[in-house]
Amino acid sequence: MKILVGYKRVVDYNVRIQVKPDGTGVVTDGVKLSANPFDDIALEEALRLREKGVADEVVVVGIGPADLTAHLRNGLAMGANRAIHVVTSDAVQPLTAARAFLKLVEKEQPGLIILGKQAIDDDANQTGQMLAALWDRPQATFASKVDISDGKAAVTREVDAGLEVIEAELPAVITTDLRLNEPRFIKLPDIMKAKSKPIDTIEFASLGVDTHDQLKTTHYAAPAKRSKGVMVKDAAELVSVLKQKGLL
Amino acid sequence: MSKILVIAEHLDGKLNPSTARAVSAAAAVKPEAIDVLVLSDKVDAIAAEAAKLQGVSRVLTVARAENAHPLAAVLAPQIAKAAAGYSHVFAPSTTFGKDLAPRVAALLGVAQVSDVMSVEGSHTFKRPIYAGNAIITVEADAAHAVVATIRTASWAAASSGSNGAPVEALSVDAVLPTHTRFVELKQGKSDRPDLQSASKVVSGGRGVGSKENFEIIYTFADKIGAAVGASRAAVDAGYVPNELQVGQTGKIIAPELYIAIGISGAIQHLTGIKDAGTIVAINKDGEAPIFEVADIGLVGDLFKLIPELEQAIG
Repeated sequence: MKILVGYKRVVDYNVRIQVKPDGTGVVTDGVKLSANPFDDIALEEALRLREKGVADEVVVVGIGPADLTAHLRNGLAMGANRAIHVVTSDAVQPLTAARAFLKLVEKEQPGLIILGKQAIDDDANQTGQMLAALWDRPQATFASKVDISDGKAAVTREVDAGLEVIEAELPAVITTDLRLNEPRFIKLPDIMKAKSKPIDTIEFASLGVDTHDQLKTTHYAAPAKRSKGVMVKDAAELVSVLKQKGLL
Repeated sequence: MSKILVIAEHLDGKLNPSTARAVSAAAAVKPEAIDVLVLSDKVDAIAAEAAKLQGVSRVLTVARAENAHPLAAVLAPQIAKAAAGYSHVFAPSTTFGKDLAPRVAALLGVAQVSDVMSVEGSHTFKRPIYAGNAIITVEADAAHAVVATIRTASWAAASSGSNGAPVEALSVDAVLPTHTRFVELKQGKSDRPDLQSASKVVSGGRGVGSKENFEIIYTFADKIGAAVGASRAAVDAGYVPNELQVGQTGKIIAPELYIAIGISGAIQHLTGIKDAGTIVAINKDGEAPIFEVADIGLVGDLFKLIPELEQAIG
């Protein structure tokens, strides 16, 4: 079985995002970029399925500008067999990304697609669900445990009420939650090996996907700041302040 | 004029409070009608609750055995059909809505606006990105239906009791897939208030130290009638189950009182509590980032301070 993994590059999760004073965007110049943490978890899960013999090929997919190659090499160093780079310099919204993925699915015929549940830049949490809808296949979102056997995936999902288990026939789309696994670290020899692994390059325009994005972002603003609070000296003072406010 | 379809979230025959918050967001669009759609195997009790919500015009029900559990692949085709004639489809931005709404949007061929914080116009909304570190204004194409999830912490629940909207059974002609099946839901059994809608929340973090130590958080929460939450670190360490996680990838909450105990305050956690009325932080590290957002801070050892707090409360 072949597994496609979405591998997005985002602003590193440790970076404190600053909104540009003129409200046209956030500052990204010179900011550290990393793999979306949920996508590292997706890749790790695919690699484990390959190591268990459930899958025989893991392909990482990235959509982005020409310099995305270095990021895809990281995915290859982590252990993916090959990469597909869909080249575009435009920002891609989730519906467009899902449509592009569908084109790759038609070509690659994977048995499973694993994506992060959300990217930590736009926090949209949409692409996996949209791809599953367009593909007319099952979705198992927010996965914290995946078992594959007999052409089916038994997936434990982190939902508000607790843990939900669903069974999905393959092929299917799984999106990862935080506790699915802990991604491995890349070792130096693997970085060398990754240099000889193939990256297929596809021009976004050649996919024939509707790029007419329907959402326009017209303004960026910094969030409202909470005003600095007060420090109390002990438990008794805290309780008295809360009682004054009518909170206890 | 706008007509809005709000997807009801429910569990065990009860309407989830997130639905009433989504109705409030719908009302902010100032539409000519707000209809609530209930998909279940047994719709009556849920529909009756939804009909009481202020601002609801009609409650539409689809009762089918296949709708016994909220499987997005099964519900989405029905919602996409039911959405005909509506300008907007809203769902709460809970795990239910986050799973379902994008599948509906894709079937309708439209983009989705996730986590709506405010309504600026019929097709203009504000939403958070980068874990709430930037707020963007987005305009949806007025030529298409708007599918959106509603950030429940940003909206008060529509009041209940004064309304008596009519309930109508809807017949939806949709072919439902059988490729996805519900197996089970493992729910934490708790008599405590629901974390998402509680007016008081006590949360513990890594500083609590162990699953056994977390008992002190539960006991204190019970003392003041609060729900219990946790930071990602506490969930990852196995102190508490996943459904207690508050933050960017967990629950976004807005209680009147939030007490963070032994939580350092990673930015991903703070985004989950920034709408809280009063934030109290108790941490032994006076430099912890949690104190930057706390309204009231207390530096010290939680194992000494919590018993003292309980004593002072009386």
